[in-house]
Amino acid sequence: MRKPISSGSEWTFELIDQYDQEIAKIAKDFKLDTYPNQIEIISSEQMMDAYASAGMPLGYSHWSYGKQFINTEQSYRRGHMGLAYEIVINSSPCISYLMEENTMTMQALVIAHACYGHNSFFKGNYLFRSWTDAESIIDYLLFAKNYISQCEERHGVVEVEKIIDSCHALMNYGVDRYKRPSPLSTTEEQLRQREREKQLQKQVNDLWRTIPDSSNGDSYHEEARFPPEAEENILYFIEKHAPLLEPWQREVIRIVRKTAQYFYPQRQTQVMNEGWATFWHYTLLNTLYDKGLVTDGFMMEFLQSHSGVIYQPEFDSPYYNGINPYALGFAMMRDIRRICEKPSAEDKYWFPKFAGRDWLETLHLAMRDFKDESFIMQYLSPKLMRDFKLFSIVDDDQDNEIEVSAIHDESGYRKLRENLGNQYNLQNREPNIQVHNVNIRGDRALTLHHIRDNRRPLDRDSAKEVLKHVHRLWGFQVKLHSFEPQDKGVCPISQQTLSCPEDKPDKLTSYDIKA
Amino acid sequence: MNHVIDRRLNGKQKSLVNRQRFLQRYRKQIKQSVEQAIGNRSITDMDKAEQISIPRGDTDEPVFRHGKGGYNQQVFPGNKEFVRGDRLPRPKGGSGQGPGQASNSGEGMDEFVFEISQSEFLDFMFEDLELPNLLKRHLVGDVEFKTHRAGFSQVGNPGQINIVRSMKFASARRIALGAKDKRALRLLQQQLQDLEEKTGNDDTISKLKLEIKLLKKRLKRIPWLDDFDLRYNLQVKQPVPRSQAVMFCLMDVSGSMTQGIKDMAKRFFILLYLFLQRNYEHTDVVFIRHHTSAKEVDEQEFFYSRETGGTIVSSALELMNQVIEKRYPPNQWNIYGAQASDGDNWNDDSSNCYRLLNDSILPKVQHFSYVEITDQDHQSLWQEYLQLQQQHPDFFSMQNIRSTADIYPVFRELFQKKLGQIPGGIV
Repeated sequence: MRKPISSGSEWTFELIDQYDQEIAKIAKDFKLDTYPNQIEIISSEQMMDAYASAGMPLGYSHWSYGKQFINTEQSYRRGHMGLAYEIVINSSPCISYLMEENTMTMQALVIAHACYGHNSFFKGNYLFRSWTDAESIIDYLLFAKNYISQCEERHGVVEVEKIIDSCHALMNYGVDRYKRPSPLSTTEEQLRQREREKQLQKQVNDLWRTIPDSSNGDSYHEEARFPPEAEENILYFIEKHAPLLEPWQREVIRIVRKTAQYFYPQRQTQVMNEGWATFWHYTLLNTLYDKGLVTDGFMMEFLQSHSGVIYQPEFDSPYYNGINPYALGFAMMRDIRRICEKPSAEDKYWFPKFAGRDWLETLHLAMRDFKDESFIMQYLSPKLMRDFKLFSIVDDDQDNEIEVSAIHDESGYRKLRENLGNQYNLQNREPNIQVHNVNIRGDRALTLHHIRDNRRPLDRDSAKEVLKHVHRLWGFQVKLHSFEPQDKGVCPISQQTLSCPEDKPDKLTSYDIKA
Repeated sequence: MNHVIDRRLNGKQKSLVNRQRFLQRYRKQIKQSVEQAIGNRSITDMDKAEQISIPRGDTDEPVFRHGKGGYNQQVFPGNKEFVRGDRLPRPKGGSGQGPGQASNSGEGMDEFVFEISQSEFLDFMFEDLELPNLLKRHLVGDVEFKTHRAGFSQVGNPGQINIVRSMKFASARRIALGAKDKRALRLLQQQLQDLEEKTGNDDTISKLKLEIKLLKKRLKRIPWLDDFDLRYNLQVKQPVPRSQAVMFCLMDVSGSMTQGIKDMAKRFFILLYLFLQRNYEHTDVVFIRHHTSAKEVDEQEFFYSRETGGTIVSSALELMNQVIEKRYPPNQWNIYGAQASDGDNWNDDSSNCYRLLNDSILPKVQHFSYVEITDQDHQSLWQEYLQLQQQHPDFFSMQNIRSTADIYPVFRELFQKKLGQIPGGIV
């Protein structure tokens, strides 16, 4: 038995360093591959600052972050909410914030959780690998902050704020799902930005040229759609094609789009990411204990806060607030290890591929190649469904009662697993809205289509507000139709129609005649 | 490879800009909230931080989202007695029926509540207000002075001699006065040397030597330090803007003044006090209450003790005038007067009030404000004061308060920033 690193609850920089080194050794044994770590000690006020800017170490200024800050501050002051113990930023070096108020145990917990758990997830998971670039993100955020403050100087805070407001409303529709953005450094980005400005404006001018094109003859003979394929990245479409925007406004749209893209993987890997980090702080600190490097008191304190983190209230509890991603993720990671180490007959039947195999390898594979949706569909075991006592409810507006569609029994496992997986599919959570058409030859009206999923309608009030923002960016009329998807050959009928500015009756009739 | 960095010393308020942007954006709502708060506040905590609430809907950032309705499937933890196929009534507050309904009610209508600090609260409270005639006293001659260094002068007392400056001038003078003779001296010395080398003519040599002697003598006569070399440090007196103010609170405590009216008066006085405090380093308050005779009292007695009897307003003004003369000379104090009353006065006395104010008080004060707290017809005092207002629009103002809600608006009206108007009447 070795001597414990420390026994008191006070932390010092030397102790943090020692713990970090010991944890790093163990992490290496478990093949955790991480970016270099940068651990920053901050005060609780600074933590609130970090909170408010979505954890970005440098963000552009915007009132909505102020609102967030005020909100956080309020609930913290009133004691409604404790602050998170840590915030970690997906960058290289990976920046983790430790709060000075924490005890040594908590600091060690956070180091294990953030600096080795989250950090290795950022470096390993395929979504982060393909959608974010840890090396350049700080540079890019700096570029964005400076660019936006320049714009504010040149065009006034109010003008810039308007554009950002509108972009934020569409932030979830500013994400590419199938292209890889190329990482750029600040200087490259600035250079490119200037070229882009010119090039973009030229393209836009071409698109909206009103002089008849002589080579094309009569251009009215065919009503080709523009864009030819529906575009799901609405912000991208506006950035490239909105007729009236100034070059700087296009760049601002781009900045918001890039930021949205950066957070896109995080939104899709909440359960996995937290589960992975929680599993590793649990495993790493337990190993520390096994080595005799920490005291019993340390472990008691750690386990108390650990069990708080992974607490899952039941659906009828007053504390119930959805499924706790920490609880689900941690349980699943532990379960995978159990299935590998001590598989039951049931596990062998359900998971023939990895039951009884090396657990570390299996776990690393799961972390690397999945997102929440597929991770749950692949790895959620019957035992876990029983432990959580999961059940599934169907709420159909054509039925005056709700129905229990599946529970944790033999006939329900597959269904439950699928339902839970779907619940984490972003496409199901957010309405599917795409750019359908622009009336290029006419009034330049932009038409968006909402394709309904399970007959779920759009929330009309919020959609109306968002349309105003789209209208601000686009500069001409914007229409939104909500459709029930139909079989091929059947003409879909719009169930909800919104327009900004609102259609006037006389305008409607003139449209009808044209159509 | 791993670094631990102490960031605690870095700037704390990274979000300050964003917070301010938020306050700026919701200025109108916050101001409304502040105005309401002033009405509701108990008198003693007028200058505390304040909870501001604005409708959450206004601060919403809209996004596309699903409305209620359609087919929804959701997984929950903690099953106890359900089995597959169980049918349950739809819980209240759950999904509604039909598209596009029920989104107006329910969420989104609660308030966004947050706190602004005391200074922010006061900023909002006194926005666009200014103290009348704040400028006037600053320009008047016989105010307090402070001496400042202001370069150098050729006259002064010996204690202020600036040695370096003086020696510099002396040196320059010596060089200037001696230059011609020195040049001649050098020339002669050269000639003398030449002659001595060539040998011979003793006559010319002795002549030259004599000339050199004379020149040297003359050079020696240039004084080392002369009167006009002397330079003295110059000190000038500059008027200092006055940074102390005294506020006279005059209130009628006769039988007709109920506790409610006194409360309103107190609110008004407190607003004025807070406002003065923001503008002056030091603010004194003098409480004078009166019925048929006036008395200087402390705060507690001023607001809470009751008296009965008739009303002679001029007694209070008389006392105020005496106190000014005794303790607050107008050349050292910015004097503000505020009078609250329900308008009752002996009819004969109102003209006395006019005279007192017009002749002795108004010339000494920065501003005098009168609020009449009544919902009845005005009496003679009001009429007399109306005349004063016409004659001294810059120094005297009056308003009528009917209910608590009026206080703040009336206060604002009294001290509204008058754009483009310079005290003294030049527009």
